Amino acid sequence: MLLALFSCREDDIIFIPEEVPTGTPVLSDVRGFYLLNEGNMGSNKSTLDYYNLLTATYFRNIYASANPSVPKELGDVGNDLGVYGSKLYAVINCSNKVEVMRADDAVRISSIEIPNCRSIAFHGRYAYVTSYAGPVEIRPDYSQLGFVAKIDTVTLQVVDRCIVGYQPDGLAVSGDNIYVANSGGYRVPNYENTLSVISLASFSVTKTIAIAPNLDNVIADRHGRIWVSNRGDYYDVMPSLTCYDTRKNRIVATFPIGASAMWLDDDTLYTVGTSWNAETQSNVRSYHKIDTEALQIEEKGPITDGTETEIRVPYAIAVNPVTKEVYITDARSYLNPGYLHCYSPEGIRQWSVRTGDIPAAFAFIGQ
Amino acid sequence: MAARKIDSALRSGTLLLAFILSVFTAFSQDPEVDSLPGVEIIAPLRSRSIIAPQELSGARLSSLNAHSVADALRYFSGVQLKDYGGVGGVKTIDLRSMGSHHTGVFYDGIQLGNAQNGQIDLGRYSLDNIERIALYNGHKSEIFQPAKDFASGASIYIRSRKPHIPAGRKLAGSVTLRTGSFGLINPSARLDWRISDSISLSASAEYTYADGKYKFRYHKVFSDGTTAWDTTATRRNGDIHALRLEAGAYGQFHGGSWHAKAYFYDSSRGIPGAIVNNVWKNSQRQWDRNFFIQGRIEHHPSSRYMWMVNAKYANDHMRYLNPDTTLLYIDNSFRQQEVYLSTTHKLAILPQWEAAVSADWQYNTLNSNLSNFVYPRRHTILAALSTQATLNTLRAQAALLLTHADDRFLSNPLQPGSGHRHTSFTRLSPSLFLSWTPATSEGIETHAFAKRIFRMPTFNDLYYTDIGNAALKPENLNQFDLGATWRILPATTCVTALSIGADAYYNLVTDKIIAVPKGTGQYRWMMMNIGKVKILGIEAAGDISISPLSELLMHMRASYTFQSARDFSDPTDNADEAGTYKGQIAYVPRHSFSITADATWRAFKLNYSFIYVGERWDNSSNIPVNYVQPWYTHDLSASYSFPLCATTASVSLEVNNLLDQQYEVIRNYPMPGRNFKLILRIDI
Repeated sequence: MLLALFSCREDDIIFIPEEVPTGTPVLSDVRGFYLLNEGNMGSNKSTLDYYNLLTATYFRNIYASANPSVPKELGDVGNDLGVYGSKLYAVINCSNKVEVMRADDAVRISSIEIPNCRSIAFHGRYAYVTSYAGPVEIRPDYSQLGFVAKIDTVTLQVVDRCIVGYQPDGLAVSGDNIYVANSGGYRVPNYENTLSVISLASFSVTKTIAIAPNLDNVIADRHGRIWVSNRGDYYDVMPSLTCYDTRKNRIVATFPIGASAMWLDDDTLYTVGTSWNAETQSNVRSYHKIDTEALQIEEKGPITDGTETEIRVPYAIAVNPVTKEVYITDARSYLNPGYLHCYSPEGIRQWSVRTGDIPAAFAFIGQ
Repeated sequence: MAARKIDSALRSGTLLLAFILSVFTAFSQDPEVDSLPGVEIIAPLRSRSIIAPQELSGARLSSLNAHSVADALRYFSGVQLKDYGGVGGVKTIDLRSMGSHHTGVFYDGIQLGNAQNGQIDLGRYSLDNIERIALYNGHKSEIFQPAKDFASGASIYIRSRKPHIPAGRKLAGSVTLRTGSFGLINPSARLDWRISDSISLSASAEYTYADGKYKFRYHKVFSDGTTAWDTTATRRNGDIHALRLEAGAYGQFHGGSWHAKAYFYDSSRGIPGAIVNNVWKNSQRQWDRNFFIQGRIEHHPSSRYMWMVNAKYANDHMRYLNPDTTLLYIDNSFRQQEVYLSTTHKLAILPQWEAAVSADWQYNTLNSNLSNFVYPRRHTILAALSTQATLNTLRAQAALLLTHADDRFLSNPLQPGSGHRHTSFTRLSPSLFLSWTPATSEGIETHAFAKRIFRMPTFNDLYYTDIGNAALKPENLNQFDLGATWRILPATTCVTALSIGADAYYNLVTDKIIAVPKGTGQYRWMMMNIGKVKILGIEAAGDISISPLSELLMHMRASYTFQSARDFSDPTDNADEAGTYKGQIAYVPRHSFSITADATWRAFKLNYSFIYVGERWDNSSNIPVNYVQPWYTHDLSASYSFPLCATTASVSLEVNNLLDQQYEVIRNYPMPGRNFKLILRIDI
């Protein structure tokens, strides 16, 4: 009788995806989206979720059952996600790899070793991935430049590397160049404040552009402008968002908003931000829509029904290109499961669903 | 043999006794453990404290399959060991789920400090030179002790070996060599010297080397049981080189005694790190150099009055290196110093009523090469008033502890010359301990205690660059405990001792210091006082010693712990089964138990121990993805001692994790499978 209390060890069964009916079906060319959960560092809990828009079903934690023979599953700290062609790319930071899967079913095609990889962007035949782990300069102080790896999306091999600034994070292709946001996050308090501009043709840095300390995300719009967010220094310099015009070669607008995640849909840039206010010792959350043509913050943000107060750490944002519904994730405590909230184009919450730990990056399929 | 035991049990007419013996009988019929020796645990005898501690000492301690103090503490009720695996892996303990910072660890009577992070790695204290470990919940319920001894939620007292010199000799000593799995080479030596009738010295040295390598296996299956993946790898970067030097002097004078001690520990170790996808090896290293000197003098000038002075100076250096160029390069050094002075006085007002006062002062500093570091210094003054009275069969002790801490740190490290900031706080911590022995029921003792205490935020909690929060308050702990022990008197000469005991307790932790999100960038954590945990627990233990044959001594102890330790931090986080509200907190099993058994026959000793830790979650969100399997290990050892020339020699062989269970205590930190140790010892 007493022994019933003492359960024995059992074989560990691979995770079976949890299927959760969520929302209402939306029939369009956009079939669904993947959501990559970071998982806290060292937990090996980066997981992949999928939302099927056609059936309105949320599938939680699908990687393990799609790839049952991969030891220790997807890995540790999934930073970025992208669908390009028929392939899905997941940048797994602390597992030092870019996982390449079939976009249809997340079955592994290959795994590309890139140490301390951060973000991914695509252009032509290639994928470009930032990494913190460039060559080490020992003198005078230890410092380490980052690089951008050029991956052939057909052979899935790294074909070239281009050294950039310190601790590069986001990157985007605009015109004939790649714009890489250098953070300098390992060099506190001497953050980087530049973009590295890499020529697509020569794959070498042609210039650097000073923007603001501790750069984070980069998005290119269709007007030849790039949108760069910075994290500030957590003390005096608050996060902000900068718009740089690559044709005029100058900064054309700066917004005093934190944009720890951004998504561009047509001419609207959606941002969410969680920034630390050292004075009040609290997080400041922000949700904005920015007209990228008029260079103005729109009066109404992506949430209009007051439910933003229920979101603790807004962490990622995406917009359905067809329905214009907005998806915003909440990373909550970083240790527990997060949440995904769907908002109507008018900013009214439609549904919510539990995700993995630290829901971080979206990628739609079937566009 | 079994039949005889049952006979004697039945003759005793005690059903309970019969039950326990039948358990023992069934146990000893297990072919692998037929005649087991040597684990001795917890004898709450003749203690002057109101509530007896759990303790391990002498031969029972030395014959345990335990390398470090941490390993030995696993056998105590209420203890959860956080073990990152391997010889050099960090091992800390959490008592009654209060959090490891609430446990004070005292070495030869004076607390081991770590103002930087509050962590005492008990894996570093090898049992080589230890003769007693005692665990007190609340605090040691005596009143003749420094104020600091009242200042923890639970206390572990580690006592190093005092000189043991046979009469008529001036010198005694021993040489020990341990070797076995993990490339372990662990020689140690000890020398005791009687200088005069009133002064003796002891010196002890130990060197530990291990390459720390061991095989571990992870595998997962499909729901039909067929293998999905199965990987075996070798744990690397778990090497350790450590040197321990220790010297003590013990003296007596008319009406008093003193001792002094110097301790030096120097180590270099690899930090094996978490095993995650595509990362099977890490390269971080840590160097520690710890030095302290401490002393105590106590004097009993009259039968009614006694006093004691304690003093300590400690100097600890730690360097952490992450040379991995795929990660943030880190080469940080920390130096902390501590000065401690304490005076205690006890007066017997009436023969049955005593009162004591103690006053302590402590000064801590921390320096580091971290950028933006604020160089904190802390003065702590502790004063305790306590009293103890005996009324017939009721014993009571009440204490009131006053703590005042004052911190000073750079107000803006980026601007030299910008001055210092001060913070301070003052707290009163009351406690009450009671013990009652019903006059009619011999051998039964009931006890209870209630205590309010707190833990200071550590320097890291407060001042670690970018993560620390200088506005933190102390973390509060309220404890309530009710228990009883029954020393069942043996009815026959066969059963020499038999006792059972149980405790129920409730702990409430508020303003718990936990890391919470800070922005979303690189430094995304911040320490805050937002946690709240309610812990309801039950502990039960039974001890039996029998001597079925004239030269055969057997002893067995079983201990069980139930804990419901639930997270009440965030009432809004209760949306579904993944909510953390009321979830069992990280790594606390609801059920755990241990069994130890030993047998001694002439010069032979056998020892068996079993530990079970039930299912846990690595997070208070108790969902399958956070589930951590139970683990349980069987350990066996045998030893034989024999005369060798003019000395006594002994040889022991230990097998740990006999069934080669592949398990984790902390997720992604695989523990060793079956491993061996051979111990040779010569006593001169």
